[in-house]
Amino acid sequence: MDTFKRPSRRGFLRGTALAGATLATPTFFTRGAWAQEKFCNAPQGANVVLGFNVPQTGPYADEGADELRAYQLAVKHLNGEGDGGMMNTLKPSSLTGKGILGKKVTFVTGDTQTKSDAARASARRMIEKDGAIMFSGGSSSGVAIAQQSLAQEIGVVFMCGLTHSNDTTGKDKRRYGFRHFFNAYMSGEALGPVLADVLGTDRRAYHLTADYTWGWTQEESIKNATEALGWETAQTVRTPLGAGDFSQYLTPVLNSGADVLILNHYGNDMVNSLTQAVQFGMRDKQVNGKQFEVVVPLYSELMAEGAGEAVKGIFGTSNWDWKLTDPGSQAFAKSFGQEYGRPPSQAAHTCYVQTLLYANACEVAGTFYPPEVIKALEGFEFDGMGNGPTLYRADDHQCFKDVLVVRGNMDPSSQFDLLEVYKVVPRDQVTYDASIFGGELGPYEVAGCAA
Amino acid sequence: MDTTPQNNTPQTTAPQTTAPAEPQRSAHYHHSTDLPTQLPPRGPDMRPLWPPKVDILMTVLFAVAVFTMPIWLQPFGAAYPDLMQRFAIFGIFAIGFNILFGLTGYLSFGHAAFLGVGSYAAVWSFKLLSLNIVPAILLSIGIAGLFALAIGYVSLRRSGIYFAILTLAFAQMCYNLAYSVLTPITNGETGLRVLRDDPRVLDALVTGTSEVAVPRASFFGIEMSGMTGFWTCAVCLLIAFYIALRITRSPFGMMLRGIKSNQTRMNYIGFNTRPYTLVAFVVSGMYAGLAGALLAVVDPLAGAERMQWTASGEVVLMTILGGAGTLLGPFLGAVLIKYFENIFSALSDSTLFQAFSFLPDTAREVVVTIVSPFVGEGWHLTLGVLFMLVVIFLPGGLTEGFRRIARALRGGSGKKESSQ
Repeated sequence: MDTFKRPSRRGFLRGTALAGATLATPTFFTRGAWAQEKFCNAPQGANVVLGFNVPQTGPYADEGADELRAYQLAVKHLNGEGDGGMMNTLKPSSLTGKGILGKKVTFVTGDTQTKSDAARASARRMIEKDGAIMFSGGSSSGVAIAQQSLAQEIGVVFMCGLTHSNDTTGKDKRRYGFRHFFNAYMSGEALGPVLADVLGTDRRAYHLTADYTWGWTQEESIKNATEALGWETAQTVRTPLGAGDFSQYLTPVLNSGADVLILNHYGNDMVNSLTQAVQFGMRDKQVNGKQFEVVVPLYSELMAEGAGEAVKGIFGTSNWDWKLTDPGSQAFAKSFGQEYGRPPSQAAHTCYVQTLLYANACEVAGTFYPPEVIKALEGFEFDGMGNGPTLYRADDHQCFKDVLVVRGNMDPSSQFDLLEVYKVVPRDQVTYDASIFGGELGPYEVAGCAA
Repeated sequence: MDTTPQNNTPQTTAPQTTAPAEPQRSAHYHHSTDLPTQLPPRGPDMRPLWPPKVDILMTVLFAVAVFTMPIWLQPFGAAYPDLMQRFAIFGIFAIGFNILFGLTGYLSFGHAAFLGVGSYAAVWSFKLLSLNIVPAILLSIGIAGLFALAIGYVSLRRSGIYFAILTLAFAQMCYNLAYSVLTPITNGETGLRVLRDDPRVLDALVTGTSEVAVPRASFFGIEMSGMTGFWTCAVCLLIAFYIALRITRSPFGMMLRGIKSNQTRMNYIGFNTRPYTLVAFVVSGMYAGLAGALLAVVDPLAGAERMQWTASGEVVLMTILGGAGTLLGPFLGAVLIKYFENIFSALSDSTLFQAFSFLPDTAREVVVTIVSPFVGEGWHLTLGVLFMLVVIFLPGGLTEGFRRIARALRGGSGKKESSQ
């Protein structure tokens, strides 16, 4: 026993390597488990699962909560419960009110935390564990783009919720990602002429921009649109997402010689920066012999609610407003109001519409097989969803429809009546060539989701 | 899984609970029961280099537990690839963290920085070199090691709370840089992604083109998606575990524990402790780099959030919850926290109603009202309560709990044996 012969270090290493290789063998059994016709999460049984991945915490949590309400309403309507909302106004419609392709719609939810990592983890849980056939959600373009990439890799369709960056359907577009919401370029095209009209053509603008993909593209789009009208850009300053206190960014504005402040902020960030700008008395100042103005290019009712008095008279753009009078908008606002006792926000609207459009595409395709569903959505021309005639362009999966220029209501009649529609900019004026933003959609067939 | 700690913890955890009053003592260190200065002289008549049977047994049991995770996690609803990958990856992260915290007692609050650096390095390797995971993993470990060397060199000049604050400051610095200033390298808030048309130099050399339809990491043609990704992580976890085991058992490991029990004494005896702590810091940084690389391997995206201080705090929680200084504890802690984060957080009131459907209606209402704040968004609350209970009643972590159970069982049977 004393002469225990120890193995050489080399022999030991070799043994360890061998053991490692042996342990790795199970990998060979899991390859090629999916045949062509058995696609990722093909619904089995009587139910089909949708995944709703929204920010439940973080700077966009308010939007996320409203999106979730809309998704739940959409599922209800798809299953034939409630008054049907925009199911009744969508044209052309293949929806039946009996679920999707006869299968009852169920759903799972997740929290993106407005973080790309967390969003993808939560999306993978919904896909790998809960078997979601489609996932959807929004409120940050960075997160939407990250999830859209995941959708392409894993082979499950992602219907973007609220995302406004040009990149989502521009340089980062994906075959498995679709966006109904409008984008920063459209905001610039719609808002520019109105600003020139109301504020004049010899203004100097100062941009405060949320430091991520959405902020960057919106700053670029608004800058291009206003400079084309004769404005100058004094300075553009990036602020971190979720900064909370913007006073250090606001103090230099008045000394810069600018007479317009453009806030490329969204969610709580916009609530904070706008409120602080107003508290600093900026809107009472005279600069260059002109009244100092604040512009918020992307507006929402929830933000207006948060900012309260500060939004009065401030211009911006919006994808949709609950006070629109077309039948689709009316039906949706009514049904949402009955369910939750409050009017829907534009975030809720786009999420609801996306869910219905996906369901409709499945019905049109007659299958859940993603490539076929994608083809049914591409180039789909529809009406009755609150935005007038709308096209889902095949080249970049972007919807083209009218854009609203809105203004903070000077004399609100209720706590929800905070924005007034100043002008409806027709679809032709905001349509652009898909090639200007580059990007590539990628293939229809992806051998994605493994066992 | 449960049997592993029961069988082995007496060997692995005894030193921590008895230190510093009584020096480390374990089965195969009979020659060196006193001070680390009396390390065994090397010679043919001394203890064999071949690991003792109990270590081999522990490794094998650990391997079996890890590789059968898809089976025994089924009843817990956790047997899906993404979560099991996370178990393995954060297991590696925590095991590596334990080499620093568990052995030397230096509490780093900035280890997530190395995780993030590893991820970014791996994604850049996927973008510039090849989609093969081997260069990515090597590069990540190397770069994370270099980072750890730089940060450790500065931070280790202080100890205790000052060391913790220094590492925290460095990590937050890395996070903020990645989030804003270094956007060209990190792609800021969106996260660094692998694109179809990246210039993959090595791939281009081998196959003639760097273009792929859908960029996915692979191991010489085996794509890292789903279960394949998990097997890869599991193999890495096993290797990482075994290396940690050997480090703990080595004279170097003894030295580190000597530093934990009384650094001043070590200094007075004539040891310069700083190189030892620095090596421990770098090694644990490399572990974090490996974990970061694997995160990128199974999901080719690197976000700045994984460097945030909450992520650094999480690994501290994992280690303490499982049992700092033990070999299996950190892994247990990682599994528990990731389970809570992914499964508990997804429970909603309706699932609770289903779970308690056996109760009468009114009783069910009451039970659900009581339980619901602790699930879903309230999962942090449950974790907090659990953490408090563990710290107060089981200072040695969950492994101590298992050991107590084992002792109670053995105590019961031991009496019988003695009476016979």
